[in-house]
Amino acid sequence: MSERSRPIRVVLAKPGLDGHDQGAKVVARALMDGGCEVIYTGLRQTPQSVARIALDEDADVIALSSMAGSHLPFCTKLRTLLVEAGLTDKLWVIGGNLPARDHAELRALGFKGIFPSSSRLEDIVNYIRTNAP
Amino acid sequence: MKPKDLPEKAMRPVVNESGIEVKPLYTAADVEASGGAGMIGLPGEYPFARGIHSMMYRKQPWTMRQYTGFGNAADTNKRFHYLIANGQTGLNVAFDLPTQCGMDSDDPQAEGEVGRVGMAVDTLRDFEIAFEGVDLERITVSLTINGAAAILIAMYLAMAEKRGYDLTKLRGTAQNDILKEFVGRGTWVYPVEPSIRLVGDTIEYCAEHAPKYSPVSVCGYHIRESGADPAQEMAYAFCIAKAYADDVIRRGLPVDEFAGRLSFNFNCFGNLFEQVAKFRAGRSLWAKIMKEQYHATKPGSMWLRMIAGGGGGGLTFEQPELNIVRGAYYALICALSGTQTMALCCYDEAYTIPSEYAQRISLRTMQMLIEEMGLTDTVDPLGGSYYVETLTNQMRARMETIMAEVDAQGGIVKLVAEGAIQAKVSAQAYRHQRDVDDGNFRKVGVNCYRTEDKTPEMEFHPYKDEDARAQIQALDRVRAERDAARVQAALARVQADARSGANLMPAIMEAIKAYASVGEITGVLVGVFGRFREPVRF
Repeated sequence: MSERSRPIRVVLAKPGLDGHDQGAKVVARALMDGGCEVIYTGLRQTPQSVARIALDEDADVIALSSMAGSHLPFCTKLRTLLVEAGLTDKLWVIGGNLPARDHAELRALGFKGIFPSSSRLEDIVNYIRTNAP
Repeated sequence: MKPKDLPEKAMRPVVNESGIEVKPLYTAADVEASGGAGMIGLPGEYPFARGIHSMMYRKQPWTMRQYTGFGNAADTNKRFHYLIANGQTGLNVAFDLPTQCGMDSDDPQAEGEVGRVGMAVDTLRDFEIAFEGVDLERITVSLTINGAAAILIAMYLAMAEKRGYDLTKLRGTAQNDILKEFVGRGTWVYPVEPSIRLVGDTIEYCAEHAPKYSPVSVCGYHIRESGADPAQEMAYAFCIAKAYADDVIRRGLPVDEFAGRLSFNFNCFGNLFEQVAKFRAGRSLWAKIMKEQYHATKPGSMWLRMIAGGGGGGLTFEQPELNIVRGAYYALICALSGTQTMALCCYDEAYTIPSEYAQRISLRTMQMLIEEMGLTDTVDPLGGSYYVETLTNQMRARMETIMAEVDAQGGIVKLVAEGAIQAKVSAQAYRHQRDVDDGNFRKVGVNCYRTEDKTPEMEFHPYKDEDARAQIQALDRVRAERDAARVQAALARVQADARSGANLMPAIMEAIKAYASVGEITGVLVGVFGRFREPVRF
């Protein structure tokens, strides 16, 4: 944290067709207030577009907000693309409607930070500030 | 007691979410100071603050219409029959995201989402299966569809016509409120202007061909979920309803020929009295708008007909069983507010698509109010309360102020297209979340009265990839069996009418009857209109 030469850059994406973006926008604001630079993608992102934006924007953190249940198929595809793009050294996190039974699989896919509905904003921001590369 | 002897809580100012300070005691003087009793009137009479009908629930309780749909049409049909067998009196259909976004089940972007959060629909065949055995005269159907609404309204009308129903008598509702989709929920397809045109096309078409059908249900609900306060929720919904009304009036349709079929969908979580006052205030304000600004003459044109009972933003992930209790209070709020229809949220919906069990609890909650609690015995039971009448006057004044602000800033269409409303409510949602996190806004089980006990296991709604594959195979079969030349001709007419500015509904109806798919018709319209580009503003 202390030797960081620039603010943490977070690409925050809404994967798939889900349009529930209230939570994503709230988290984006919390991260900005917490000193991060946030690139919010808007809705309807594909795995390809998330990987491309993360690369183009030189993201330190790739964050997804998923409310409609398609997180496992999406993250499985995204993982392959992030690996191909050489982004395995970045911090991958996901928040939203994520049943506890899916957490182990998300973690195994490389999503180290998992923030189910009702997570506190402070906890999300602190986690990212502490763990961003 | 002198103020200095009052306990601390009585001395602390209480301000409701709409920004109105609540006093420890109300008297007749407060009603007078807030504008008087002039807008109270009688139920069934202008300005309808106490209810749009004179006898309200005494004559007929609210329609019970739980939001349901998942998997394919056959799965959903089964749940429809389960709910009807349990006393439900209407249907409220949930569609999967590909359908809502105008995509077919075999669209690459639909992968992993087919049938997940609602029923997958590709062609008229799916509607034929979904509503099999449902008496469409006895059970009215509401379609929760927006970006693809014109197509699915056409599909519903075509299905009913095919089954021999007289469209001039057919009742039912489509959500079809695209402006709020740009603010929250996000199932938009086309840019703002052609999207409003499509809403206007459905209103105009239904006024002529299906005059009892409600082609639009304007939703304050999702704007509230996106961060609006209760007064904003209703004020923004009215601005949006006016935008649709203005569009069809510009086409020359007289207000009394369509306004009676406009309906609304509102949220109900939060402070009980603030919600009741919101509904009563909204009813009288909408009547005033329709009478004074639009010169409506039929009482039905001035009615705020509505569905309520959803309160997703108030439900909690923590201690989910407490949501059963919250749901019961929400149903009470709605019954005290005089809603025409209730779709009560389910305790498990912070986790998953509601189970049959959860749906039945919600149904029984509403039935309890009717059968055991006396909520249908008398009209507007809170009418005349000094507090409720004062708050009703204050809420109406707040709504009028907010609507005037929107007009002064260039109108709702401009503010939504630019993302200004989105930025405003999202900033409020952030402040609210901070208040919840800091304990300044109390939520039981979240920031007070937490428990470390394990929550009961949730029954998660299953999702199987093979069901999506079956849906795609069914679509392939329809494509192989239909008259390809008829489909091509119908799609060509959709394209021509989209370009010429003609009402698109006749062409869409023909395409639907030819078994053209949701994605095919949407694709043609996107070719002419383009796609919405989301303004991202903070």
